[in-house]
Amino acid sequence: MANNSIKIRAQLKDNEITVKALMTHPMESGTRKDSKTGELVPAHYIQEVKCEVAGKNVMTAYWNGGVSKNPYLSFKFAGANKGDMFKLTWVDNKGESDSEEATIS
Amino acid sequence: MSTNMKRRIFLKGSMAASALGVAVGAGLLAPRAVLASWSKEAFTAKELPAAMNALFGSDQAEESGEIKIKAPDIAENGAVVPITVSTDMAGVESIAIVASNNPVPLIANFVMGEGGQGFVSTHIKMGKSGDVVALVKAGGKIYSAKKGVKVTIGGCGG
Repeated sequence: MANNSIKIRAQLKDNEITVKALMTHPMESGTRKDSKTGELVPAHYIQEVKCEVAGKNVMTAYWNGGVSKNPYLSFKFAGANKGDMFKLTWVDNKGESDSEEATIS
Repeated sequence: MSTNMKRRIFLKGSMAASALGVAVGAGLLAPRAVLASWSKEAFTAKELPAAMNALFGSDQAEESGEIKIKAPDIAENGAVVPITVSTDMAGVESIAIVASNNPVPLIANFVMGEGGQGFVSTHIKMGKSGDVVALVKAGGKIYSAKKGVKVTIGGCGG
């Protein structure tokens, strides 16, 4: 099944790789009330985003429901080459997870 | 404990010149302060000092002009406020983003791995106007910078 809940771009420029990623996730903080029922919407947010190149960790982000819905993430790192495979994996507070790979261009 | 975490300990322990490396080697630091993981204490804390204590083991940070925060002066939609934190400091270990007036101020902590640079960007929710604070850990020290953002429509419940 095609999985497109994560979109990644990883580009090398001046010895630095700039990663830009978009994830599809509700990012419910647990403090928002449903406008119809008036009840709190249960928390459902990404807690951890692991970023790796060839099995080595380049950045891990820890989040709570304060990050906007359908999170955007960008960061930079050095020490990888064009053609290397970049992998992003997220895990949320319900234990659900998803991951996606992209070739560094 | 994963292989990756063991490797991190080994790498940190082997940095004989760094104070952190020495401290780890001598067993002076609790593993919690070294081994990164999602901290419930930090990410559910209603006050920033409590979050900082859980995250760094200290609630003290030194203000630094070397940290740049790019954020709108006025955010029309508090549900999506773009924030970019960058710094040219050497040895950046982590960058945390805080919205001071949110019910839970700590929003994100980006922990750098191999080759990590002092740059992160994301979108955050802001319940009301207030300071966005960046906490940068570099060379074992915590530095901070802040920028005021005026929110016209809050993004925490609406």
